[in-house]
Amino acid sequence: MSLEIKTNVIQPRRHTYDHIAKRLGADKPATRYQEGTWDLQPTTNFHYRPTWDPSREIYDKSLTAIEMEDWYSFNDPRQLYYGTYTMARHKMMEAEENHFKFIGKSNMFGLMDDEWQQKIKEFLLPMRHYEWGANMNNCDCSDKAYGTAISQVALFAAMDRLGMAQIISRVGLLLDDSTGKSLDQAKADWMENDLWQGARRMIEDSFVVKDWFELLVAQNLSMDGVVFPLFYQYFDEAGQQHGGAPMSMLNEFMQDWGKDEKRWLDHLLKVTAAESPENAALLSKWASVWTDRAIEAFTPIAKHVLGEGAADVMTSIRAEITKRAQKSGIEI
Amino acid sequence: MAEKRKKKLGIKQRYSMLTRGLGWDTTYQDMDKVFPYDNYEGIIIHDWEGWEDPFRLTMDAYWKFQSEKEKKLYAVIDSFAQNNGHLGITDARYVNALKLFLTGVSPLEYQAARGFTHVGRHFRGVGPRVACQMQAIDELRHVQTQIHSMSHYNKYFDGLHSAPHMHDRVWYLSVPKSFFDDARTAGPFEFLTSISFAFEYVLTNLLFVPFMSGAAFNGDMATVTFGFSAQSDEARHMTLGLEVIKFMLEQDERNIPIVQRWMDKWFWRGTRMLALVAMMMDYMLPKRVMSWREAWDIYFTEAGGALFADLARYGIKPPKYADIATKEAEHISHQAWHIFYNYTHAAAFHTWVPEKDELDWLSEKYPNTFDKYYRPRLEYLDKEEKAGRRFYNDTLPMLCQVCQIPMGFTDMDDPTTISFEVSEYKDDKYHTCSLGCKDIFDYEPAKYVQAWLPVHQIYQGNCGGAEIPDVLKWYNFNLGADNMEYNGSPDQKLWDEWQAHRKKA
Amino acid sequence: MSRVVSITLQNNDDARPIIEAIEKDNPEATVNIYPGMVKIDCEGRLIIKQETVEELLGREWDVQELHLSIISMGGNVDEEDDYFELSWNL
Repeated sequence: MSLEIKTNVIQPRRHTYDHIAKRLGADKPATRYQEGTWDLQPTTNFHYRPTWDPSREIYDKSLTAIEMEDWYSFNDPRQLYYGTYTMARHKMMEAEENHFKFIGKSNMFGLMDDEWQQKIKEFLLPMRHYEWGANMNNCDCSDKAYGTAISQVALFAAMDRLGMAQIISRVGLLLDDSTGKSLDQAKADWMENDLWQGARRMIEDSFVVKDWFELLVAQNLSMDGVVFPLFYQYFDEAGQQHGGAPMSMLNEFMQDWGKDEKRWLDHLLKVTAAESPENAALLSKWASVWTDRAIEAFTPIAKHVLGEGAADVMTSIRAEITKRAQKSGIEI
Repeated sequence: MAEKRKKKLGIKQRYSMLTRGLGWDTTYQDMDKVFPYDNYEGIIIHDWEGWEDPFRLTMDAYWKFQSEKEKKLYAVIDSFAQNNGHLGITDARYVNALKLFLTGVSPLEYQAARGFTHVGRHFRGVGPRVACQMQAIDELRHVQTQIHSMSHYNKYFDGLHSAPHMHDRVWYLSVPKSFFDDARTAGPFEFLTSISFAFEYVLTNLLFVPFMSGAAFNGDMATVTFGFSAQSDEARHMTLGLEVIKFMLEQDERNIPIVQRWMDKWFWRGTRMLALVAMMMDYMLPKRVMSWREAWDIYFTEAGGALFADLARYGIKPPKYADIATKEAEHISHQAWHIFYNYTHAAAFHTWVPEKDELDWLSEKYPNTFDKYYRPRLEYLDKEEKAGRRFYNDTLPMLCQVCQIPMGFTDMDDPTTISFEVSEYKDDKYHTCSLGCKDIFDYEPAKYVQAWLPVHQIYQGNCGGAEIPDVLKWYNFNLGADNMEYNGSPDQKLWDEWQAHRKKA
Repeated sequence: MSRVVSITLQNNDDARPIIEAIEKDNPEATVNIYPGMVKIDCEGRLIIKQETVEELLGREWDVQELHLSIISMGGNVDEEDDYFELSWNL
């Protein structure tokens, strides 16, 4: 019925919200990402100070030493808002779910060498705790970040980490016939086995890092920069000689996720470093300190899985992080 | 046999392995440093494992269900825009409810997202943390879907163009903003009591359920779709709200008086804020589903009654002043509308005197109060307006120090006397609108004296200038379009033009 | 004192078999129809059984699919693989 109206009387009076038009430089149609992200966070006239930390405002730029003229200089290159985020992750998960179904049905894990199955229990399953730690850290960044653009990418990442912790846990349930015994053992390893103490100490230390941008660099650039290639590429390749193909299928989610993380992270670092030499210096300092730690923390488990090859692998992982950082204007 | 060996895990057991099992007690860093905020409020937790997960969605299921909901919702939003759905609503007056929603409620969804992210990091129990994180991202969904749904309305109607800017500044929007700032600056347990329990469990139904049903009734398919789609998450949030209360009450009996005080406080603060919703329902929906009074009976008296009867076994009593709030249900929408009718020149939405059949409906729904107190006043205002003397109140009102609503509500037993209370703190006097707000002030005066009270701020010269038009420009109002009486507004003129073309066609 | 538990569902095709299943398994329930939604009240407790919904739907139905249609509820929740129950402690 509404189509009966002549188009000339239903010309829009404006094309987008005022604050969006201001950022676009003109009143023109905006994307859903832009309307759903820009200026959502309150910026002024807060009524009360937090009783849990009266030294700060509810939203406070001083929670990081990084300074930005405009905290919306960064925009997620993936343009993810909630709707596109859930649809993208569901698509990834649907593929992963099919792998789980296929492997479960045909009992494909049985094709892997017993020894390799045991190795997976030792190197992969404790990583569910690492992912949970990464969830906490991204949640912390999302909590403290200034502006919706960064806060929301961190929240998406936090939820993703919970999802990956659950995928890894399901691998354990496949390996132990759903008894959960492998998960108990993995937790004991995480808590007590020497192979893991460097990693656990590092992540526990990161829990008390005050500056949220430092935490973001530590978790997502340095630690993940080591973890994703090491566990889901090099360890995966090492498994190929032991019939590790089914595990490779399940690694797909993590492999894709690692690529996806680089897309927003490298762009965020680039925008932030380009803002000022001070920012670039801070990012360089944090990236150097935490990359050193991450390499050191994961070296024991790298040796445990890769043996003598571990040293070369860690060197090339480090070179890769350095190269990525350099592209973003950060010197490690 | 292999079939048998591979037993399927039950949902509870599986969920527990996939969430609760992920956490650990830190040893390289002190747990109290890792979780610095969860024990200063006086809530005693002996065993975080006593937490019952309110719902058991793992991330795979979460992504699946939520993406399905989003796909459906955006299909409706797209088709609403493509088909100029705004032409199909009952009347352009209806859009004023959406203006209040986008500027007053949607920013709260964002605040909720950030608030739940905060507590989702800071509880030391894994169960509550996961539940809070999921709610955090849900709330981000709500604010974004609301902005996206109303994006189309913004193209055709006034008053929707600057929600974040207005929310941080405009006088009546400090009512919802201060409500949420209050919750966010409280500790994590009080935050959950305020938002998850008092707001989501006890009061949110009053906002979302009858109002959204009203949106459906008024032809607004975009709003009803985001409203009901958001509510489907709300069912999980309500469960979290009830669970956190039970958890605190079961952990230690010393928690009971703290929880009771929070319930009293947040019930009252919530009902105050809902005065805005009351008037949306009774005055801003051209076609009405139920009156505020009826909604109150169903969602507070009946549903709340069953809830508090259930909590009685812990020694919890219904919220203090619930009786006053129930009395207010006869009056509050009319009094709130009157306040906004007075000050609509300083508001980013229009007001009006309801038409005769609408007044008749209100008379029928409010037999005890409407004809006696409110109808004559509205009929007088109507006559004045028709005679070219539309009334606007040019003096700035005094605001309640706690809820920040102009002090225009009356004593409920004597609806011709304005109610107010006075407290003293450090030799200064502070005014509140009711005993409920006074109690809240008196318990934490150091917090409430910090309030950014819009009228005080205007007088102090912090809001763009000394004259009202300066202030309104600072609010980013388009004067003469966003504000003032509905009759004669650009919204109305365009609407009438569209309707005329429609008839011709 | 009223001990009514309640569930509100969207009034659409996805929810219809659930509403029917509730009516079937909770004969004392009252169904209230409003624009766009259906509110079902029941004294003390109310159960949604997977088996009944599956019979009406003619396909497998995951109890968690309820999340797609639910609008509101009142009562303590017990969610299991094969049912979803609301109750107040009596």
